[in-house]
Amino acid sequence: MARAFFRRGKSCPFSGKKAPKIDYKDIRLLQGFMSERGKIVPSRITAVSAKKQRELGQAIKRARHLGLLPYLVK
Amino acid sequence: MALYEHVFLARQDLSQAQVDALAATATEIIETNGGKVTKTETWGLKNLAYKIKRNRKAHFVMLNVEAPAGVTAELERQIGINEDIIRFITVRVDELEAGPSVQMRKNDRERSRRREREEA
Repeated sequence: MARAFFRRGKSCPFSGKKAPKIDYKDIRLLQGFMSERGKIVPSRITAVSAKKQRELGQAIKRARHLGLLPYLVK
Repeated sequence: MALYEHVFLARQDLSQAQVDALAATATEIIETNGGKVTKTETWGLKNLAYKIKRNRKAHFVMLNVEAPAGVTAELERQIGINEDIIRFITVRVDELEAGPSVQMRKNDRERSRRREREEA
């Protein structure tokens, strides 16, 4: 799940049986939903459902607090 | 009893033994307050995404905690006093991971993905 920007297929990447679990420790997964500048990518681009987007945002913010992810990339 | 994940970051110039000692004191705080630590994970010295208190790197330690309410407040109070710990987080979780967390699995993840692809 490294690609953040894809067009077709409207289903949420976190729903379904084999979907990955959103975890603030899983940096590789979270990075796929961040822009190159370190911003969280809006769900209208990533097709993440509203509920999962809230979880995702929370996880990214936790990872940022721990210094695992950047707040901004200059 | 509630389940928590507690992660703390220790200063970069500490030795591994000192970091283990910090983990042991944290465990002791929890146990004297009637909780227990089900798993301790040391992620080692990792690069930080940004500088925290003039540290470019930090030792990461994660504790899986099973404790009654209020114990985390005491743990955070004591850890906040310690100057060797530069940051910490306590997260309440619905269930604790039994196996190693993602941070520990990172290395063999590529291999398992390849295996999955072969099976499919």
